[in-house]
Amino acid sequence: MRKYWSFFRIRFIRGLQYRAAALSGMVTQFVWGAMEILLFRAFYEASPESFPMTFEALSTYVWLQQAFLALYMVWFWESELFNSITTGDVAYELCRPVRLYDMWFVRGLAVRLSKAVLRCMPILIFSWFLPAPYGLTLPGDMKIWAMTLLSMTLGLLLIVAFGMIVYMSVFYTVSPQGIKLFVTSMAEFLSGSVIPIPFMPDHVKRIVEFLPFASAQNVPFRIFSGDITGPDVYSSMAKQVFWLFVFILIGRILEKRALRQIVIQGG
Amino acid sequence: MNIVRLYVSFILMHLKSMMQHKVSFFMTLIGQFLISFNIFLGVYFMMTRFHEVNGFSYSEVLLCFSITLMAFTLAETIFRSLDTFESIIGNGEFDRILLRPKNSLFLVLCSKIDLTRFGRLLQAVVMLVYGILSSSINWTPLRCLLVALMILGGVCVFGAIYLIFACLCFFTLEGLEFMNVFTDGAREYGKYPIGIYGKTVLFICTYLVPFALFQYYPLLYLTGKSDNAWYSLLPLFSALFLIPAFLLWKFGLEHYQSTGS
Repeated sequence: MRKYWSFFRIRFIRGLQYRAAALSGMVTQFVWGAMEILLFRAFYEASPESFPMTFEALSTYVWLQQAFLALYMVWFWESELFNSITTGDVAYELCRPVRLYDMWFVRGLAVRLSKAVLRCMPILIFSWFLPAPYGLTLPGDMKIWAMTLLSMTLGLLLIVAFGMIVYMSVFYTVSPQGIKLFVTSMAEFLSGSVIPIPFMPDHVKRIVEFLPFASAQNVPFRIFSGDITGPDVYSSMAKQVFWLFVFILIGRILEKRALRQIVIQGG
Repeated sequence: MNIVRLYVSFILMHLKSMMQHKVSFFMTLIGQFLISFNIFLGVYFMMTRFHEVNGFSYSEVLLCFSITLMAFTLAETIFRSLDTFESIIGNGEFDRILLRPKNSLFLVLCSKIDLTRFGRLLQAVVMLVYGILSSSINWTPLRCLLVALMILGGVCVFGAIYLIFACLCFFTLEGLEFMNVFTDGAREYGKYPIGIYGKTVLFICTYLVPFALFQYYPLLYLTGKSDNAWYSLLPLFSALFLIPAFLLWKFGLEHYQSTGS
């Protein structure tokens, strides 16, 4: 356990070094969030009765999404890992007395967390000061905070576990390009990062909510903004736990099978 | 004429080199298509729920989306090298280009022509055709010309932004991520007519960075929401944005001192 912890720390501290990148990323995210809210405002004015959630909830959702983008973006891939598989450098990693899956999992966690830590606070504070329906609305109940935190953790683990499946699949296909693009665009949409899931048509929504990607950012952000309440909170989180186990299981099976028959090309 | 022939042979060269990895080329093409298809799905779902936004119907929004997407994609294909200009400066490639007996900007543009973006262009074309057929606009030759002008104006505006972006690299020697706000951001939010974002955004996009000149105002005229015929000339004005960008390039070039290694 200790070696994974120190591996986590190395990656985390390394991620914290990129402060200029974080600053410009923050500016980008802030503009993005503002534009997104202005866009939804136009739709809200067109017909408020078609709006599936309150405007405060939507603003909160958007700002959380921007603040914690680094935790839940599917399109963030570490090309180093892909390259190490295709070039055969993964052999060095295999020589180490750690399990490949665990090591890369910890790495994924650390990279995402370090990015998010640098960016989230200014965005959250700034958006908290914005006037009423456009800013971040904080829930009064401490229970909701706790639930959100737990659900965010589950969501993050789920996204990292999903990334692991894609990394492991490269052992079988060698060319990562195609899978990467396809999977990324599907998962992005299904996780509600293009438009929040409540805005999808009802029959599409029913299917999407059953799929694993709805268990990432969708659940914690909607719990926090008060869009998911009561018993739905528990059932959504149960779904998160379920999909997390499924993803980890698939990833580990893929890893085991890949490593049993791995051929390192070249010398 | 000579320059056109040179450019065409550069395109063919890039095409040939990409065809060496056919599978990867087509995969990227499909990937590009899928990524922007996501955005289309978002627009489609929003429009089926709300039916109209600021008086614009679904087909009019599609028209607007396709024009912006097409302009952006063409600009990205042509000006791709400027988007990654910091690497051209960083690895000394630009110093080599300066030694050649042709305009340096032209040679920089030739050094990278990204044809995989055509996956997205295909989608823009499909949406444009659908938008034209299903909208209630009375299509005269003049209106068709206006659509072409809007796309052209858009290419110029995006091109100018890429050029400014590259000029900054002369001084910073590295890329500035927040410039994405103007390129990717404009593509992302230019899917709807800019006017719907409110007065402040419209003001910025009219006087600071002229997105609205090739997108929003001509669209108002095209869809008959405004009778002001001057609006149809605005795309030409938006192309003037290239002039300050080009002057900045000249200025940057004069002050360029290689990276040294």
